[in-house]
This record gives sequence, structure tokens and C-alpha cells, in this order.
Amino acid sequence: MTIRKTTDVRQGTLALMVLKTLDVMGKLHGYGIARRIAQISGDRLAVNQGTLYPVLLKLEQEGSIASDWGTSENNRKARYYQLTRVGRKQLTAEAQQWEETADIIGRFFTVKAEDLP
Amino acid sequence: MKALNRSLARFHGLFTKRRDERRLAEELEQHLAMAIEDNLRAGLSEAEANRQAKLTFGSVQATVEAYRDQRTLRWLESLASDAVSGWRQLKKHRTASASAGLSLALATGASIAAFQIMDALLWRPLPVKNPEQLYVLARAGIGYDGKPTDMTTWTYPSFQRMRDAVQGETELLAVSHSGRMDITYHSDQEMEKANLQYVSGSLFRSFGLNPALGRLLTEDDDRKTGSHPYAVLSNDYWVRRLGSDPQVVGRTFRYGDRVFEIVGVAPERFIGTDPGLPIDIFLPAMMHPGADRDDAVWHRTLARVPPGASLEPLRQKLEAISRGFERERMERAIGSSKRGVDWLTKMTLSLRPAASGVSPLQRTYRQSLLVLALLVILILLITCVNLANLMTVRAASRAREMALRVSIGAGRWRLIQMALVESAILAFVGISAGTMFAAWAAPVVVGQINHADTPVRLALLVDMRVLAFGVLLTFGVVLSLGLIPALRAAGVDPITALKGGENPQSRRRGMHTLIAVQVAFCFLVLFLAGVFASTLERLSNRPLGFSAERILNIETIAQRGQSPVFWHQLGDRLRATPGVESVSLASSALLGGMSSNSFISIKGQPANPNPAYFHNIAPEWLRVMKIPLIDGRDFRPGDSSPGAAIVNEAFAREYFNGENPIGRSFARNERSSYQIVGLVKDSPYRSLREPILPVAYLPFQTVDASGTPHPIRFGRFIVRTIADDPLPLAAALRREIAQARPDFRVSEIVTQKELVLAQTVRERLLAMLAIFFAAVAALLAGIGLYGVLDYSVLQRRREIGIRLAIGAQGTQIASLVTKEVLSMVFLGAAVGLGLGLASGQYIESLLYQVKVTDINILAIPSLTVLAVALLAALAPVLRAVRIDPVAMLRAE
Repeated sequence: MTIRKTTDVRQGTLALMVLKTLDVMGKLHGYGIARRIAQISGDRLAVNQGTLYPVLLKLEQEGSIASDWGTSENNRKARYYQLTRVGRKQLTAEAQQWEETADIIGRFFTVKAEDLP
Repeated sequence: MKALNRSLARFHGLFTKRRDERRLAEELEQHLAMAIEDNLRAGLSEAEANRQAKLTFGSVQATVEAYRDQRTLRWLESLASDAVSGWRQLKKHRTASASAGLSLALATGASIAAFQIMDALLWRPLPVKNPEQLYVLARAGIGYDGKPTDMTTWTYPSFQRMRDAVQGETELLAVSHSGRMDITYHSDQEMEKANLQYVSGSLFRSFGLNPALGRLLTEDDDRKTGSHPYAVLSNDYWVRRLGSDPQVVGRTFRYGDRVFEIVGVAPERFIGTDPGLPIDIFLPAMMHPGADRDDAVWHRTLARVPPGASLEPLRQKLEAISRGFERERMERAIGSSKRGVDWLTKMTLSLRPAASGVSPLQRTYRQSLLVLALLVILILLITCVNLANLMTVRAASRAREMALRVSIGAGRWRLIQMALVESAILAFVGISAGTMFAAWAAPVVVGQINHADTPVRLALLVDMRVLAFGVLLTFGVVLSLGLIPALRAAGVDPITALKGGENPQSRRRGMHTLIAVQVAFCFLVLFLAGVFASTLERLSNRPLGFSAERILNIETIAQRGQSPVFWHQLGDRLRATPGVESVSLASSALLGGMSSNSFISIKGQPANPNPAYFHNIAPEWLRVMKIPLIDGRDFRPGDSSPGAAIVNEAFAREYFNGENPIGRSFARNERSSYQIVGLVKDSPYRSLREPILPVAYLPFQTVDASGTPHPIRFGRFIVRTIADDPLPLAAALRREIAQARPDFRVSEIVTQKELVLAQTVRERLLAMLAIFFAAVAALLAGIGLYGVLDYSVLQRRREIGIRLAIGAQGTQIASLVTKEVLSMVFLGAAVGLGLGLASGQYIESLLYQVKVTDINILAIPSLTVLAVALLAALAPVLRAVRIDPVAMLRAE
């Protein structure tokens, strides 16, 4: 048996969420990112926190985020991630794409509503 | 951009495994710790805090797996780990792996060496411009002796006529045979040998060659006979002999009676048109002494045919011109000389592709090399079969391991990859060793066909062609080795394998078929080896009719023609030298390759279509060579040509119906008349392979019409020494001649024995290599048989144990174990026998007095195969019989 990977869409949206979180929060460690994502999505997204780490690795390999060891609030050693310039550009580009997609899909749904007798 | 970064990062990840995994472990640990803390702060109990944290996180193992997949290039990692585990497996079965590697090294090494040699001699195109456009002109038909003949040499005037006729559409080039000649850069006493070749001036331009120094020959050097005393050196000769002298242009050397001036050096890599016979010095064709003779054939004719031109019209045109030329010659000839030309007017001209040159070595060795290539391929196949069986046995023993891997999640491709990687490791190790073996073996083999008269130097380059062959060979070997185990691994059924083994029957059948194939090939190799060894033996032991022991042939050249008296005086001087038993003179050496023949006529008899062969000898020659005189007398000092003659028995049989010819006369070419004064026993004339020719020995000194002896410039002293080894005396005799007559110089000294050995060079090469391969084949077949039988016993030990327990006899067990395999051996031997008999017609020209249907020829391989089979079966059978039923049943 092989581990089923999360679908591309899932991974893609998770990556976007990570980038946005880091954009807003600045430097943050893995647990913090997970908590923040859970907060914002209002616990509607049941994403296992563990799936975060492969995504973080992928983003780091692509050069969108950078990581380094640091100390957390409770004096724990933790790995902190932050957005890079490349990552910021990627974020802007992808955010734009999402808006466009949402716009187009939205129009479809609006048309349907008007057709209702 | 992102993708590139990622790939690079993943590649880098291959090397940072430990650090990365440690980092992830720490991060996850911290993550969970922080989650638990938060939960505790939110008021959960410790146990609950723990549980919730873990639940929210999800599967740690899944995270680690996903992380790992991202981190590196998984397939590369798996390849690396397969390689490591494959190497460990090979080390575990040391002897089996070592013998497998060794046999692979031998087989692939032989393949590479064979390819190198064949490519260098037969296939590689000449390093010239557009070699595929080159053709050589050849004539075929019935020769003057009534037998079919094939010749590639032409007379220069006929070449000139053909060349001028096709000018504009095709370019014709003259290229003489290479010859090892005496030249000197200083005085006559410092003569040295160099390989000379006469070529058309336009050759260098046509081949697109540029000089490394000075200039090359041009069309201007083709204008007038004997008017262009210029020479071009080959690059290798310039470096080797003249030390890359930059001032070499303008230097002169003397060859024959002329002084030649060096005008340039040819580019590197060009050694002439004859692979294996590299040229040192190129001379213009019109400087050849036979350039204006229409009865001397001495050069090959090459044609450069432009692309797209059709060959047939060209061929017809050239044939018409050539025949016309010979017809004119015939019309000018008188009497029986017409017969000497008539056959030429009927020859068919052909254009043969000559992209790889026109070396006579190609003709001599082409078939032998092809046979050797066949032997090498057979050895390679036997080795691959052997190894395939070996791998199958090993794969079978790892069936459980494979099944386990499948059941915990390994994909089929992963197992195939594992099997292929293991085969690849074995293949690479074997082939690397094989390459080193080839690097040593190929020059050794080429060295075997090298002898005094024709120094063979073959450039065994390792270029693109050889490398491509090596790569293809590697692929082939890896595939053939790895395919069976790979397919087996992919097809393994976990449940059956884990329960204790699949049906062994099908696997055994496969292995047994392979055994039959192996034995068939082995039989064929043994058969061919026996045939070639027999040929060598028959040829070497052919009765010579003379004694070749202790004889030196001293080729002597006088500066100017000398009276025979002086030659005889010199002979007396040599006779007086200590260590010399007897001395005589002759025009050439027996079996030295020289031959002279003419048609003879006998009064009162119709013209005989077969020519007689001639040899000029001084008195005492028969005694020195120890050729028995049957009747009549030897020559006396007063005898001269024309005049007396001594003939051999074949001559008497051919022209006198076997009657005693003493006192009878014959005329040579209807001009000179000879009276037979002696009859001697037969001996081979110029080749050991030919039947005995009718030979007439004529006196060494020739006289003209008035009886005055002609001056003699060339002669051979035949010296029989007292000591067993004649060579040490050579230097002393050379000095003696130089002291006695400084105007006589010694061109070459060669022992008669060496001349005789040179006759069997090709046969010796074939026999030597064939026997070597036969030994290897027998060994490999034996090892293969042993492996299969051993495995079979291992597999059936339970069955054998039970049989023993219920009272089976040793012989019954033996027959049980060996029955199937031996029947396969017989089948293989039968097939091999059939192949051997079928090969008869193809190798006939390589054999001498040996027929493929000879009983002893068939007996040797049969007995060998039987012996090998019995030997191989011995150990496994003993092991089977010694199985202790109790211990085995208990252990199961």
C-alpha cells in the first residue's frame, strides 16, 4: 500500500494558506502556523496538522519560504519559517488567480439564480 | 524556476538524510509538546491533552513518509540501496559470484578483442575523404593453369588507358603492394628496411589529405616514367625513424639505383590503403621499374565513383578497355606466348567496395576471423546461459524474501529493479575485467600473425565504434542476465512462496532447456577446435621432401652484376667459415613465396596446358637441402642455362607419363632447350597447401647465345650449419661477406625453418584460439551442469530422503537425479553434432586434408562432452546418495 497523497488542489490551497499566514504574522513556527490556519478557517477545514510539514518542505525547496532555528515563547527550541521575496511575489500572483476563479464561478452561480422562475 | 529549484534541492537531499530526519523528528516533537501544553492550559487532563494533540496532528508515520517522499529523489535512493544490497548478495556467495564474474570477463573480453581486431582489419573505413566512394578493380576467370583465379593487380599501361578513358566521370588511382625494401640514408653499408608503396600522384588529393610538413605528391608527379624521384614519408615513420626532424624536407635517401628526395610528410593516421601493413614511404607510381611494361602486373587499381553514378556502365567500359589492351598484347605475342595472354582477354572485370582498404591481409584472414567471431559468440552465449541459470537458482532461493517484500508493499517494478540492479553490478564488474583482458589479448593475437616477411601492425584504436560495441554488449549482457530473475521476481505469488515453495517443475524444465542449448554450443566449439587442430597437425607434418633444419638463407645483392665465378668464390669463403657444414647458391628459397613458371613443350608431344615451375640452383644445392637424387646426376660447375636440367618426379609424371626422363629434352617457351640430367624426389614448391607441382631445376648461371655467362646481381646463399641453431652464425657470415667483397651486401638472413613456419601462421592462429575457446567452453558447460544438478538435488532432497528411507539403492537415486539432465546433454550434443556437420561447407577452405565427417573428428567432442557431464554429475550424485533421511526429515 502506498500513502495516498492529498489532491493537488488541497496541497495547493494549504500552501497558499501557509504563505498568507506568514505574510500576516511574519516569523512563525510550524505549530503556530497550524493553529492560525485552524483559527481562521474556523475549524471548518478538518486538516491533519501533520500534512503541514511536507507542504512546508515543498515551499522551502521552491524557495518561497526560509527556515531557521529559534526559541519560542516558552523557551522551547523551534523551527521558525518566514516568507521570502519570491514567496511574496508568488502570494500576490496566486491571490489574484483565486479572485479571478472565484469571480468566474460566482457568475455561473448568479446566472442560475436569475433563471429561477 | 520553482521546479528547477525543487529538483536541485531534492537531489541535494540525497546526501543530507541523517540531518534532515533528525530535524524533522525534533520539529514534530516540539509541535506535539506545544499542542499538549495548549491543551493542558485549556483545562484538559493530561491523558486527554495527549490524546487530543495526537488526534489533531494525525498519523506521524504518514507525515514522516510524505516528508521523505518530498525530501529526496526516491527512485535514485532506491537504486542506491538496491546496489548496496546487490553487492552484499554477491559477496555472500563468493565462489559463485567469482566464477560468474570470471567467465563473464573472459567471454566479454574475448568479444571486445575480436571486435577490435575485426573492425581494425576488415570494417573500419580508411581515414580519407568519402571512403564509401572507393572501389577496387578486380579480374576473375580461368587462369593460365586452367583453374579459376581472381586477381587485383594490373599493368601500368593498361591502367593509364583505363584512367584516361573514364577521366571526368571516375577517378582511377594506382596503388602498389607494400614491400619491405632496402634503403639507405648514407652509405651502402648502412642499409635499412622500410615499407615502400608506389601510388598515383593524384592519390593524396583524391583522399583529401593535407601535408603535416612540406608537400604531398600531386598529378605533376604522374607525368613521365622515372622522372619524379620524390618521396613522401608517413607521419608514423617520420616520428619513429627520423625523430620528427623539422628539417626532413629536402633530405635524400638511396633506393635501388636512384636517389629520392623527401618532399613532405603525410598527415597523422594515414598509413596507406592496406590496414595492418602500414607504409613508411610513398613513391610516385611512375618511378616503379615496371611502369612502362605491359606484361608486369604490380599494382592495384582503385576507383573513386561519385555518388549517384551507376556502376554497371562504368564496369562494362573498363572491362572493354582492359580486354582490348590484352587482346592487342596477344596479337603482338609470338607462338605459345599467346597462351600466356589469352586467358587475360576473357577475364571479367568487377568493381568491389573498398571503403576499408585493400589489404591482402583482409583476404587471408577474413574467413578465419569470421570463424573466430563465431566461436567468441558461442562462448558468450554459453556464459550468458550459465549465468542465467545461476541467477535463476539464486532467485529461487530468495523467493521467500521476494514474497515478503511484495506482501509489505513493494511494487512489482521495485522487485524488477532490484533484480536488474544485481545483474547490472555483476555485468559491470565482469565487463570491466573483460575490457582489461581485451586490452592485453588483442595485441597478443595480432602479434601471432606477425612474422619476418610481413610485419603486421594493426592500429587497435579504442574509438566510438568500439565504445558503442562495448555499450551494446553491456546492455545485452545485463538484459540477458537480469531478465529471467526479474520476471520471476515480478511474477512471484506471496502466499504460495511463503507457504514453502512453488511448483519446481516448470523452473526445472526451463533450466534443462538452457542446459541443452549450452551443451550444443559447447559441442560445436569443441568440434571446430578439433577440426582446426587437426588441420594444423596435418599441414605442419606434411613431408617437405627436404631438410629444413639448420639452414640459413642469405639474400645477397651485388652492387653491379658479377660473374658467377665471384659468386662461387664467395660461397667457398663461406664454406671455410667455422661452424658451416655446406654452402650452395640459388635464385630464391624454397617455400619463400617466389615462383617462376612457363609453359614447356616436348618434341613429338601435343602442347601441355599445365605450366612447369622453375628454380635456379648451383651445384651442391641438392646436397645442402638434402633432396634425394633418384637417378642421374647433380649439376657440375660447367653446367649452365639453357643446357642441363634436373626435374622432380611430378615433372616426370606430368610430361613423360612417369617414365624415366633422363636424357630427354624439353623447350621452355619454345625458345630455350634443356636436357634432363637428373631426377629428384618431390617437395613443395611455394606453398604447403598446394599439391606437388612439376618443378625443373636449372643451373644458377645463365649464358647468352655465345656462351658468355650473364652477370648476376641477386643470389641466395643456402648455408647448412653444424650447430642446431643456425642464427648465431648469421652475424659472422654477414661479416665474412662484407670483408671478402664489400661490393656485395646482405639484404636479409632468414632461417629455412622460419619460412616453413610462416606457411602455417593462419592455421596456427586458428588452432590456438579454437583450443583455448574449447577449454573455456568445456569448463563453463561443466560449471553450468554442476550448478543445475546441485540445485536439483537440493530441491528434491525431501523426495530423495524418503526414497532412501524406504530402501532405494544408490544407483537408483543416481539415475533419478541425473536422468533428465543427461537426456538434455545428449540432446544438446546431437544438435551440436548436426551444427558441426552443417558447418562443413563453410569452413572447407580453412581445412587441410580434414573432412568434417571423419570419425576421429566426431569422436573427440563427443567424448569430451561425456567426460564433462560425468565429472559435473559426480559431486551432486554423491551428495544425493549421502543424504541422511532421518536428519533431513527431522530438519524439514
